[in-house]
Amino acid sequence: MKFLVFVKQIPDPDIPPNQFRIDPQTNNVIPPSGSSPAVSTYDELAVEATLRLRDELGGEITVISLCNNPVMNVIKKPLAMGSDELILLQDQAFEGGDAYTTARVLAAAANKVGDYDMILTGRQAGDWDNGQVGSYLAEMLGIPCIINIGALEVRDGKIRGDRTIRDGREIVEAPLPALVTAGDEVGVARYPRLRDIMAAGRKQAEVWNAQDLGLDPSTIGDAGALTKVQRLYVEEKVSECEFIEGESPAEMGVNLALKLRELRII
Amino acid sequence: MADGNGVLIVGEFQDGAIASVTGELLGVGRKLADSLGEELSAVFLGHNIAEEAKGAFAQGADKVYVADAPILEQYQPESYATILERMCTESPPNVVVVGVTYVGRDLAPRLACKLRTGLAMDCTELKIDGGALIATRPVFGGKALADVDCGPIKPAMASVRIKSQEALEPDASRQGEVIMVDATVDLDQAKTRVVDNVLVEAEGVKLEDARIVVGGGRGLGSTDNWKKLEELAADLSGAVGSTRGACDEGYCSMDTQLGITSKSVAPELYLAVGISGASQHMSGVTFSKHIMAINRDADAPIFRHSECGVVGRWEDVLPAFHAKVKELMAD
Ligand SMILES: Cc1cc2nc3c(=O)[nH]c(=O)nc-3n(C[C@H](O)[C@H](O)[C@H](O)COP(=O)(O)OP(=O)(O)OC[C@H]3O[C@@H](n4cnc5c(N)ncnc54)[C@H](O)[C@@H]3O)c2cc1C
Ligand SMILES: Nc1ncnc2c1ncn2[C@@H]1O[C@H](COP(=O)(O)O)[C@@H](O)[C@H]1O
Repeated sequence: MKFLVFVKQIPDPDIPPNQFRIDPQTNNVIPPSGSSPAVSTYDELAVEATLRLRDELGGEITVISLCNNPVMNVIKKPLAMGSDELILLQDQAFEGGDAYTTARVLAAAANKVGDYDMILTGRQAGDWDNGQVGSYLAEMLGIPCIINIGALEVRDGKIRGDRTIRDGREIVEAPLPALVTAGDEVGVARYPRLRDIMAAGRKQAEVWNAQDLGLDPSTIGDAGALTKVQRLYVEEKVSECEFIEGESPAEMGVNLALKLRELRII
Repeated sequence: MADGNGVLIVGEFQDGAIASVTGELLGVGRKLADSLGEELSAVFLGHNIAEEAKGAFAQGADKVYVADAPILEQYQPESYATILERMCTESPPNVVVVGVTYVGRDLAPRLACKLRTGLAMDCTELKIDGGALIATRPVFGGKALADVDCGPIKPAMASVRIKSQEALEPDASRQGEVIMVDATVDLDQAKTRVVDNVLVEAEGVKLEDARIVVGGGRGLGSTDNWKKLEELAADLSGAVGSTRGACDEGYCSMDTQLGITSKSVAPELYLAVGISGASQHMSGVTFSKHIMAINRDADAPIFRHSECGVVGRWEDVLPAFHAKVKELMAD
């Protein structure tokens, strides 16, 4: 089996809200000092889900990331987790893009690699929380797509994934090659071992630009984007919390109940 | 949409009736259509649904379209996307709005990509500005908001978060004829299919409909403790919601998770117990009327979102709270 996994480097998703700053000129996040970017949470789960399939079925895992400013020890984490190779897509022409232009670039990269059996992405990147690129990519490549999956199984040339629905779970099936996006249901991503982190550090990433991918600059980045972010801002929330008082925790509990009555909630 | 414009919302059914999220879409759709000075249409896909679909008139629609075929009875991604693509290509609306449901999360990007048009996902506010659709959406796990211009290509698309919009008061005097749309699909294209499902019958009140939601987090500490929350919720005629933390610990099933990547609720009261208040979780409960919390850590972010709170171990606070609630409700 030949697997492609798409991962995105994002600002640390655990920056506390009170330290979250934005540059209103560029609409970029200003990370607090000392914070390091991370592989987007669901993309790590996509890598994890791929590794489980590969361990079972054998094959090669190629990790692909569109990233003009990679932090090498971050973007190589999927290698350290056990993937085989890394391709970075870099070009100034990619700047200012949206989900659509990102998927265009990723689709060109998938086609250039070719012969894939399965593609995995995260369900949504933890920066813009779009949840679009996976579906777009499948649509552009003309392959079936199953979103937000947990456990995966390959049988008779088909992929089966399970996912949470409104009132329970369902199992969805599609013929290969197919794309699936990884959700919470995958569980926990493995920690790379120190030895594997060192080995990943020594591996060279391949780098492709727009020309390598045969992409017309007018169709990508800012020039090709279908949506524009007009403004990015932090909403000032002023919710003054009234702390319920009492001699003991039990009394506070009673007073909380009385509060609900006072507000006519109960 | 005879004149090739207007606002189109994609409707859904729930338990044989128009879903509440569809009422919310009609509410925001009405607002958008009025500011454009154009018509509001709703489209439903399914089987034998034309009669029920008429209910959309009372909720604000000027026109109601129905695609009817046996394969559409359940959501079938490729078929739904193809039918809507055809409809939006033949006579492009100005704006298409979809709900962020298990269907909408999948359908909206498929359709936008086919139509090569701009789509803003998971929006909490939509407006028309200079003829363009401007969507406000929480980003960075709910820590920031972005105003997105959905672009000049028709139809501009947005998906809106459940409970973020208000439905209109139904007006039974609004009536109309359902227009049937071409529902032919190439069955060979229907590649993804549901082979099995496990439905959990919610006991008592459904989470989405509950007036009171008791949210439990990792601080609950065990599956046994979780039962205490369930008992409390039952006595409040409410339902239990959860965090990623609680789901990861296996205290509860995934379909109770609330947040940016899971469910949104907008109850009268959200009572958070043993929940830290991460922005990704709070995203799913911000539209609650009252938010209150019990947490042992006075500095937990949850208190910044709460109107009142108790600092303490839930083990010490909850039993007395529960007993008093029962007593008050028995009055
Ligand atoms: C991309 C992304 C998407 C995410 N999407 C979601 C989502 O949709 N929904 C979601 O919920 N999370 C989501 N998360 C996870 C989120 O960031 C938090 O990690 C999660 O919500 C934390 O859950 P928690 O509050 O239960 O656990 P914790 O953060 O561990 O908090 C436990 C709290 O319990 C308190 N506590 C402990 N013991 C007691 C006691 N005895 N009595 C009282 N209080 C006690 C502690 O003080 C603490 O505040 C997402 C994260 C990412 C990165
Ligand atoms: N720049 C990128 N490079 C590689 N993969 C990406 C990139 N952007 C998005 N993806 C993939 O697409 C998924 C969905 O992204 P999004 O639609 O932006 O939320 C992510 O979880 C990644 O797997």
